Amino acid sequence: MLQFLLRRLALIVPTLIGITICTFGFVRLIPVDPILAMAGERGVTAKRYAELVIKYGFDRPIWDQYFIYLGQLLRGDFGHSIVSHRAVVLDFVTLFPATLELSFFALIFAIVIGIPVGIIAAVRRGTWLDQGLMGTALVGYSMPIFWWGLLLIIFFSTTLGWTPVSGRIALNFFFKPVTGIMTIDSLIYGNWPAFFSALRHLILPSIVLGTIPLAVIARQTRSAMLEVMGEDYVRTARAKGLKESRVVSLHALRNALIPVVTTIGLQVGVLMGGAILTETIFSWPGVGRWMVESIFKRDYSVVQSGLLLIAVIVMVINLFVDILYGAINPRIRAN
Amino acid sequence: MTDTNATTIAPTVPIAPIEPFRRASGLGEFWYYFTRNKGAVLGLVVFTITVLIAILAPWIAPHPPELQYKDAFLKPPSWLGGDPRFFLGTDPIGRDILSRLMHGARYSLVIGAVIVTMSLAFGIAFGLLAGYFRGWVDVAIMRLMDLILAFPGLLLALVLVAILGPGLENAMLAIAVVFQPHFARLVRGAVLAEKTREYVTSARLAGAGPIHLMIRTILPNCLAPLIVQATLSFSAAILEAAALGFLGLGAQPPTPEWGTMLATAREFITRAPWVVTSPGLCILITVLAINLIGDGLRDALDPKLKRS
Amino acid sequence: MKLMKTVLTASAIVAMMAGSAYAKQLIYCSEASPTHFDPGMSTGGNDFDASARTIFNRLVEFEHGGTAVEPGLAETWETSADGLELTFHLRKGVKFHTTSYFTPTRDFNADDVVFSFERQYKEDNPYHAYLGELQYDYYGAMAMPAFIKEVVKVDDYTVKFVLTQPNAPMVANLAMDFASIESKEYADALVAAGTPQNLSTAPIGTGPFQFVDYQTDATIRYQAFADYWKGKVAIDDLIFAITPDTTARTQRLLAGECDIMSYPNAQDIASLKANPDLLVLDQPGLNIGYMAYDTTKAPTDKAEVRHALNMAINKPALVEALFGTGNAVPAKNLIPPTMWSYDDAIVDDPYDPAKAKEILAANGVTEIDLWASDRVRSYNPSFARSAEIIQQDWAAVGVKANIVQMEWNQYRVDGAKAGRGGAFQIGWGGDNGDPDNFFAVLFGAAAIGTQNYAMWNNPDFEAAIKAGVIETDPVKRTAAYVKAQEVMNAEAPAFLMAHSTIYVPMNKKVLGYTMDPLAMHRFDNVDVAE
Repeated sequence: MLQFLLRRLALIVPTLIGITICTFGFVRLIPVDPILAMAGERGVTAKRYAELVIKYGFDRPIWDQYFIYLGQLLRGDFGHSIVSHRAVVLDFVTLFPATLELSFFALIFAIVIGIPVGIIAAVRRGTWLDQGLMGTALVGYSMPIFWWGLLLIIFFSTTLGWTPVSGRIALNFFFKPVTGIMTIDSLIYGNWPAFFSALRHLILPSIVLGTIPLAVIARQTRSAMLEVMGEDYVRTARAKGLKESRVVSLHALRNALIPVVTTIGLQVGVLMGGAILTETIFSWPGVGRWMVESIFKRDYSVVQSGLLLIAVIVMVINLFVDILYGAINPRIRAN
Repeated sequence: MTDTNATTIAPTVPIAPIEPFRRASGLGEFWYYFTRNKGAVLGLVVFTITVLIAILAPWIAPHPPELQYKDAFLKPPSWLGGDPRFFLGTDPIGRDILSRLMHGARYSLVIGAVIVTMSLAFGIAFGLLAGYFRGWVDVAIMRLMDLILAFPGLLLALVLVAILGPGLENAMLAIAVVFQPHFARLVRGAVLAEKTREYVTSARLAGAGPIHLMIRTILPNCLAPLIVQATLSFSAAILEAAALGFLGLGAQPPTPEWGTMLATAREFITRAPWVVTSPGLCILITVLAINLIGDGLRDALDPKLKRS
Repeated sequence: MKLMKTVLTASAIVAMMAGSAYAKQLIYCSEASPTHFDPGMSTGGNDFDASARTIFNRLVEFEHGGTAVEPGLAETWETSADGLELTFHLRKGVKFHTTSYFTPTRDFNADDVVFSFERQYKEDNPYHAYLGELQYDYYGAMAMPAFIKEVVKVDDYTVKFVLTQPNAPMVANLAMDFASIESKEYADALVAAGTPQNLSTAPIGTGPFQFVDYQTDATIRYQAFADYWKGKVAIDDLIFAITPDTTARTQRLLAGECDIMSYPNAQDIASLKANPDLLVLDQPGLNIGYMAYDTTKAPTDKAEVRHALNMAINKPALVEALFGTGNAVPAKNLIPPTMWSYDDAIVDDPYDPAKAKEILAANGVTEIDLWASDRVRSYNPSFARSAEIIQQDWAAVGVKANIVQMEWNQYRVDGAKAGRGGAFQIGWGGDNGDPDNFFAVLFGAAAIGTQNYAMWNNPDFEAAIKAGVIETDPVKRTAAYVKAQEVMNAEAPAFLMAHSTIYVPMNKKVLGYTMDPLAMHRFDNVDVAE
């Protein structure tokens, strides 16, 4: 197990280096002066420009520049935003919890609905129920979520008035963020109305963001269940006379869920990509929307560092899922 | 058995199973299994209609897609009480929506085809090289693929477009770059599995060079999962291109691409919802049809994998 | 369904009550985030809404709902006989805000006035370039450095502006937002603490509201200033809910998440007006949307070509498509009809595509750049849409228009660069009700490189606007600006699009809000019904 862990970690290192090389190269490929982009300044004087050249090492060979860049990253210097005039890492830390909270609830939605749907479809395989559920899943998988979100907003927020239009919490609530995650912060302050307000604001965005993961998880659960239910040990359990529901829940499910865990883990990248679209539609103040706006505003420092930070976070989460998978998969554990 | 690399990736496209492919006994068996799947047949029918509309658009579209009718801004569909000239109504500057949707079909289908072709070309090349030659070539190529896959797909495409500049061609290139690792891995896995088989060994003994072996001998046997993957990537490509268009980084107005049409229609959601509903519905139907075909292909090409 | 709605509404009410019992709250849905809170260095209406009009005061102020000037931090003022000295007598007993980050030890006095202006023109002032590359844009755009020689403290409550030449609009200019008065005591304290940039992120002023908190791109919170020199305002808590997406903004107003909003979609106006819970105020805007031709670069360097391009565009249809019916009036002059010196005798270029095609073909014009941006403006709800319409009109006369699309901030920077070429869409909302604010700022030679996107330098025009500024007799000024309009009409440095109506929709419980011709959103005279 330890060996497995170490091998996994070792694989991360070259990818990490690769990511930093990519972001290092990115700022030199954009159609704007890289020095100004990294410094987050526009229209500087000649004197200031000379200062910046030395600071970012542009007078040195490219290898030196890369190591200077790495050094800055390790020191936590991810550049400055042209728009907000603050350190990029500060903006990121402010905005990331919103994306995290949204992704978390979207995933919960996808799992809580997706797995039972997959199980039911597998157990009732071939029936109208199965075909209907899987058909709906396929529709969800084919959905352009930016359109889906707009439709839901029209229907539930504007016409029915059940859900709020935008924002993370009703404007009456004002507390200094602790973690940046509204649901947690409101509980820390013991403010129940705030907590429920935050939940209400999460409903539609989570549904929209979670639609595709839900479809994928539902389909994958069904496949895994079908495969497992054909296995010998399941047939043995049935032959022993166990009730079907016990067969399903005790024997089949546990083993079917193993590949499903992998699928869930793989959805992290999907969530990050989907967050970009979902946050744009719902004006959700997260890193996805931040990245899109920064591209338009030519805030390349943000784009470069945002890309790096997001990629690293996704990688860390995938690593965690890998380890989890290794822990629960008896074949790997036995090794 | 798990492909140790597979668990470190976060694909935006499903990966078709990398099972060794046993040559199906002819097209007949394939067609039989395919048509048994009602959904797949429906998908094929809808897709064929879409393709026909796309090809014939310049002739069957009732109006030119760029023509602005100054007397008919934002008219509702004719069957909802609007102007009888415009079946699905007009957009904010007086252009017929139905005609624009028809021409948009051309864009979406061509976009999907171009992206898949580019991804296939590079993915197959990388996969063949990596799987056949192994050693440091394999390591280098797979590390590169892992690197691309480490970034969330849409995000990477966004950043690439930021470098290249907004526009349809750049968006297609960016999406192709994001998709091709999936093909590379697929082909590499298939090559690894096929390399040790007898027919490959005998071909090599007969004096076939590596390129001949890769392209003429091994590749045809990897076709099935590749076709399935290509189909599913086709639909994903349409969605990604529409997403980029929606964000304003893909096709630029006045191009009648469906995603771009949605972006400009956003502010009319309450006043003129038909401007928003129709492009989105077109995307959904087209992508759904292709996905149905993809599912059907996957089930039909290896009946042993059939799930239903 | 009904039960669900009741439960949800009930929880919302409980939430609201728990959030702010007994305090009068007003939530304003604004259209953009402020870049920061220093009005001297800002240029956007939303910046001024968020800082100048809430936190700060000026020596003189515009009256509510009009462009006449009334006493602000100055009680009285007089101009010397030669017109070169403008003396202000300051109000006594005006207090600065006390917040969690600053407690003033003295009242407002002349030092604050001198500081507020010196920082804008004196290069050795520690605040002259304290925000990196940002500059005092408005001070420069209004040509203040050319007109103001120095600002002098006469005594604690008297300040003198020494001018280089007589300047009729100067008092009105000092009512503009860039002339807001900052606290010198606070500024000095920040320099001593080594954090001068806090002047723009944690502001201190004398205004009706004091700054509480800003959550980036989300909300700005203000609290009524209890010791405001005009008396505490009716609203206790003022919240700006920043919602850049216009449709979302409208939906928030409809859902009751906001009480008042800015810049609704033109196509939503009718339904908003029909809504029984809402009140929609409107006023002809003191604005102009136009398209500036680069008069220094071919093919738009010839007046004939510019006239032809204008003649190819169906202006009434364009205005209709862009703004909807009745929300804007096609423009033939730079200034709107409501402004004094408007010359109604001017005859606009007719819509004559045939003749246009002839002229353009004769001049060999086949292609042109057409610039568009993404920001929604009161004078143009969608640059992209107007660009597509104009593109079509020009295609009909054989000119292919390449649309150059860019983000708003970069747009205005790149658009002002020499050698830009083509047609640049832009517009303007008047700042002080004076024609000089339109003619000189937008087409004067001194503004080339900043606001003069046409790069236009015409001697007759320059003479006219110079006369307009120096003369104090309104009759002579009117004559000067009529001449300016005639020259513009003859030379056509731009295609003039429309003057739009400004709408402010609000919930009926918002009382006392006055429409402002300068498109300001001011809340110091607003009350909220219980």
